[in-house]
Formats: sequence, structure tokens, C-alpha cells
Amino acid sequence: MRSIDVNKITEAVKNLCIDANHRLAPDMERALLDAEDKEESTLGRQILGQLKENLDIAGRDMIPICQDTGMAVFFVKVGQEVHFEGGSLTDAINEGVRRGYTEGYLRKSVVSDPLIRKNTGDNTPAIIHYDIVSGDKVEITIAPKGFGSENMSRVFMLKPADGEEGVKNAILQAVKDAGPNACPPMVVGVGIGGTFEKCAEMAKEALTREVGTHSDIEYVAAMEEELLEKINRTGIGPAGLGGRITALAVNINTYATHIAGLPVAVNICCHVNRHARAVL
Amino acid sequence: MDKHLNVPVGKEEIKALRAGDMVFLTGTIYTARDAAHKRMDEALLRAGQTDPNASGEGAAVNSTGVLPLELEGNIIYYMGPSPAREGRPIGSAGPTTASRMDKYAPKLLDLGLLGMIGKGKRSREVIDAIVRNGAVYFAAIGGAGALLSKAITASEVIAYDDLGTEAIRKLTVKDFPAIVVIDSEGNNLYESAVQQYSL
Repeated sequence: MRSIDVNKITEAVKNLCIDANHRLAPDMERALLDAEDKEESTLGRQILGQLKENLDIAGRDMIPICQDTGMAVFFVKVGQEVHFEGGSLTDAINEGVRRGYTEGYLRKSVVSDPLIRKNTGDNTPAIIHYDIVSGDKVEITIAPKGFGSENMSRVFMLKPADGEEGVKNAILQAVKDAGPNACPPMVVGVGIGGTFEKCAEMAKEALTREVGTHSDIEYVAAMEEELLEKINRTGIGPAGLGGRITALAVNINTYATHIAGLPVAVNICCHVNRHARAVL
Repeated sequence: MDKHLNVPVGKEEIKALRAGDMVFLTGTIYTARDAAHKRMDEALLRAGQTDPNASGEGAAVNSTGVLPLELEGNIIYYMGPSPAREGRPIGSAGPTTASRMDKYAPKLLDLGLLGMIGKGKRSREVIDAIVRNGAVYFAAIGGAGALLSKAITASEVIAYDDLGTEAIRKLTVKDFPAIVVIDSEGNNLYESAVQQYSL
């Protein structure tokens, strides 16, 4: 058994919030740079150039990459040999969000109730997905999620008879409907299988996968490549103002499902696909 | 085509803009997003209900004195900034999705609003109101909030302070970059440009 003081969790979470909102992970930054070389549209290239300049300013002057610094989403893998000391793990993560969003000059975008809509003032509560794993470490991944693209995300409860074609069509439809609203070039996270909530969570987690890597499952990897090509033939382009680069990646996660179902979730993320990770 | 505009602006200058023009705005613009629009709409409704000359909901109401900003000739930027660090006028300041304001925009356009800056598609009702009033819809580059903040030289909350980032702000801008997406004739760059590159 290994003991971890929850204050260390709070400190790590605070730093992750600030870091993720000011610097893109190297894979995303590289993908954006590569996109500028591939874009055919003059306006599209100009926009990609501005996005690069935006990243430079954000990191240099410590101005968030996007004003929508998101709802703080976490994937936390807790080793089953870890014992937490000093308080609740969930409280510690929320305290880290509170400090990160306040001390880091990040926008507070969370309302306490979906209909009464009063801002909580500190961007809490976070959305936390826990997973118990073997070992004595804690891995915390933050993915602050802006709602321009979140609002364009979808869940489709397809029929088994819809098959692979049905899945591809659903994903393409979600991307076309999102268009300029989701701030392309986008990253498309997809969950196929599981249950209603499982596929949505898989789609969200797929967004944290390194851009340019593919699924270990051969047919899924082929689908990722095919869909990326099809999405980039829609003409939506950077900022939705026409061009070749509509998406930077399609990341698909899959899971076992029921004999009667084929759930598909499409979680769209803008070009500010933020993710940062810490292991304690 | 690159154009420079001083804002607030006259109707003739707005009518000369064409979908696809890159425009650099200098002068004064106002921010408002979801919560501020809802509040402005409620203020107009209340005024309409007490105005003996009004017919229909808020119809004949003059916005002056009812709303915290003069609409005539002005431009609203759909934006809620991140907090400013010490010594800076504003934090990250890029556009939010415009379609969430579609419910409120036609009424504001009919009351004299000449331009909106946001990102993403607009409804048929908003496009009709743009054409009816000779107005314009600009897109700023979504997700470029750090870059766009550099074109904002001053920011002052003028109403609804309790809404935090959603308060109405008066911004002083210098060469703020915006692209004409829907012009006063209803031409829509989102449709024409995407068609051009669709395979």
C-alpha cells in the first residue's frame, strides 16, 4: 500500500488546469503546423497561420489559447494499492480546479444548475471519470472542454443491421452538421459499442489520444483513416470558411455491446483540443 | 478584399461590404452573449408591455433608455473573455457560437443594430433580418482568443456586472480582424466557400 497526500493531487490538478489552457500538447501543435502546409485555400492557410500565431502568443504572454477555458474534465486512473490521506480525492481535484482557474486567470464557465444558471464563480464542479487499475500510481489526465464543439456532439443508437456503413454515415453527418460552429479544424472522438453512457465516455476519452496514432484494432484503424479522408473532402475547411483541412484526426474507441444494439457517440473537439497528464 | 472600418458605422459602409471581405475594425464595439441577450430581451418585453403605443411584443419600443447600449449603428461581439492579468485590458477574447443568440438577434437588428461578430451558422430568421435592415454578420476566428485580445485596447463593463464574463462590455478595438460571412444582400460565405472546396 502506498500513501498519497491529497494536497499533492490538488497541486498537480491546479498546474494541469493552467498548463493545458496555455499550451497545446506537442501532438496537437504539430498537427496544426502540418495542416498549414496541406491546406489549398488561401484564406484557410491564413487562418491556420493565425492559429499558430495565437498559440505563440498564448504560451509567451500567458493568455489562454481560447477564452472558453472549458469545463474541467478528468480521467483519473487510480492504482488499487494507493491509499489517499488528508481528505477526499474528489474534493482535492475540485480544489485544484478552483485554484487553477482562479490563480491562472481562466474563465469561470460553470453554472450550478442547468436551468437556474447561476455561475459557481470558480469553475467547479469538475467532471471526473474514475477508473480503478492495478498498481500504486495515480494518473490524472485533464481535458478542459469548450462548449462550442461540445454542443455539436451527438449520440446515435443505431441498429446492428446499420453496420459499419451506418456508423460511418452517422459520424460524417455529425461533422457536417457541426460545420463552422465547432471551430474546425476539429478532432473527432468516437465511441462505438457499450451502452448509451459508455459510448459517450469512450468518445470523450478518444479525444485525449495522441493525434496521428491509430487504434490497435486493424479494422478500426482503417475506419479512422477513411473517415478522416472523407471529412476532409467536405470542403468545410479551417473556421468553416472553405478548404481541405476540416479535421486533424478521427480517434475511435470501441467496446463490447448488447446483441440488440449499436451505440455510436461522436464527441467533436475544436482545434484547441487540450489535454495534459500527470502521474503521481 | 481587405477593408478598414471605423465603428460605430454608417449604413452605406455596411451595405458596401461583401461576403468574403476581410475587415479591420477600429473604434467602439460592445460584447453580449447568452445571459446578456436574455436580459436585454426581457427589458424590451417589459418596456413593450408598459408602452401604450406598442403593438405586439416589444414592437414599437425605442431601445434608448431601455437597453444599456445604443443599438443604432453599433456592433455586438458575441464574446465572454477570460479574466485580464494585471496591466492588461482583457484576457483571451475570441468569438462564441452565434446561433445561440439567433432567438434574440432579429429584434435587435430591427431596433437598429448594424452588425454582429461571432462564429458559426445563423438561422433563416436572422439572415432575413440582416437583409431587411441592411446589416452584416462577421466571423472572427474561433479559438484565436489570445491573438484577438491584442486588437482590444480597452474594456469596460457597462451593464449586468453580476453576470461575470457574460456582462456587457464596451470595447475599444484597433484593427480587429473580422471576415464578412453574411452581407446585407444575404450572401453567405459559409455556403459559397464550402461548396467551392467540396469534392
